[in-house]
Amino acid sequence: MNWTSAADFFAMGGYGLYVWGSFGVTALVVAGELVALALRRRALERKDSFE
Amino acid sequence: MPLADINWFYYAAPQRFHPLAGRLAPWFMAAAALLALAGLYIGFFVAPTDATQGEVYRVIFIHVPAAWMSMVVYLAMAFWAAVGLIFNARLASMLALALAPTGALMTFVALWTGALWGKPTWGAWWVWDARLTSELILLFLYIGYMSLHAAIEDTRRADRAAAVLAIVGAVNVPIIYFSVQWWNTLHQGASVSLTRAPSMATTMLTGMLLMALAAWAYCIAVALMRVRVLIVERERHAAWAQEALATP
Amino acid sequence: MSGGIGPALAAVVQRDLRVALRRRADTFAALFFFVIVASLFPIGVGPEPALLARMGAGVVWVAALLASMLSLARLFNDDFHDGTLEQLLLSSVPLPLAVLAKTAAHWLSSGALLALVSPLLALQYGLSGDATLALLAGLLLGTPLLSLVGAIGAALTVGVRGGGVLLSLLVLPLYVPVLIFGAGAVDAVQAGLAVGGHYSLLGAMLAAGLFLAPWAAAVALRIAVE
Repeated sequence: MNWTSAADFFAMGGYGLYVWGSFGVTALVVAGELVALALRRRALERKDSFE
Repeated sequence: MPLADINWFYYAAPQRFHPLAGRLAPWFMAAAALLALAGLYIGFFVAPTDATQGEVYRVIFIHVPAAWMSMVVYLAMAFWAAVGLIFNARLASMLALALAPTGALMTFVALWTGALWGKPTWGAWWVWDARLTSELILLFLYIGYMSLHAAIEDTRRADRAAAVLAIVGAVNVPIIYFSVQWWNTLHQGASVSLTRAPSMATTMLTGMLLMALAAWAYCIAVALMRVRVLIVERERHAAWAQEALATP
Repeated sequence: MSGGIGPALAAVVQRDLRVALRRRADTFAALFFFVIVASLFPIGVGPEPALLARMGAGVVWVAALLASMLSLARLFNDDFHDGTLEQLLLSSVPLPLAVLAKTAAHWLSSGALLALVSPLLALQYGLSGDATLALLAGLLLGTPLLSLVGAIGAALTVGVRGGGVLLSLLVLPLYVPVLIFGAGAVDAVQAGLAVGGHYSLLGAMLAAGLFLAPWAAAVALRIAVE
């Protein structure tokens, strides 16, 4: 185990901003991509129900 | 059964690829999730602290996979676009179009995480070295591809024009990389010298490879999901598509 | 077809040049844009001579890129709208050669002029005689490439709404190597380093471009028109 406490883990040796800024934005991007795709699919289904 | 008897192009019809993609995508997504879990666990809890960079080197577990995928996806996109252009295969063109947004996002992540890694290690958010500059141009190429496709109303013309652009771009990227590298070596005094990636402890390498595989599986999964939506969008008026939309 | 391909290509070049002459306003507009943009930078960054001498090459090159972009849209669009392009596609002249001819005419009415005017701009930035020569030589080698690569972009966006801006978006990233070596040549001269490599690479890119770009643009034209 590298970390002695949760606080240590989040601090990342003082580099927390950079490490979590990286992983955080990546997580947002992935989530965003999946949500956008789901919305696009839903729009398709909705549009079709009018025809 | 003999190879010649297999209809290799069975799945080249969008109508038949749609359900296949629907069956494959969840497996790739699950694989991506598991690989990411394993990779992140190793990356955070097994891999030791780096001697020179401290904890910040852990960005590598996102940065390198994203950068690799940004290039792999572009090559795949250019490949399928070329197939679509040369063989007039609609599905291939759709696959290329489905890959583009994912590739662009990977490129963005690579640039973003690179900047966040660069600031504490080199002291700068951005440097004009060959890799970063080429990666930035790659992002512009993705955006150009998607913009060109969106600007042309006729779908087939859009597919084929964008394919030409993708291919020209693919030829260009090595040239751009080389020229920027040359440009940097000439300005050696002014440029920031990059520290190489930390010499890899096995655990670090394992973590990075797992994350790379996770990124690969993720990109395939999302591309399959997106191409399904694209297929239905284009074939909307066909009976099979109406049925596919009706069933969840 | 009487006369063969040579005279046919010459006719294409002549026609385009004649059109450019008649549309003098467009030609000069791009030229003035070039001069104005290059003249604005010192106003923006301050008149300190050392700074201007360092950035002169880069600014003039980027201004040349942008100015070339302005005139690219009309490379195929006018012909597209009046039917000449279809005639060109139907004629027995190989399309890549026709594209090359049009590109040559385009260069003569844009890039070549920009290159010839560049020494005046070099004066504004206080570039030395050698540096100015390097700027001129680089632009003479590089602007044909701008026309060639630009032709691909123009062919891809012919007849597309909002094509002008889109064209810039598509083509500017592809210009990066030309920019690097063109401006780099001036840098090298100013730093007293060997400059031959830059010219060689520009020349090599030009040679490759002369072969590949018309062919790619021809493919793009067929996609656009058929």
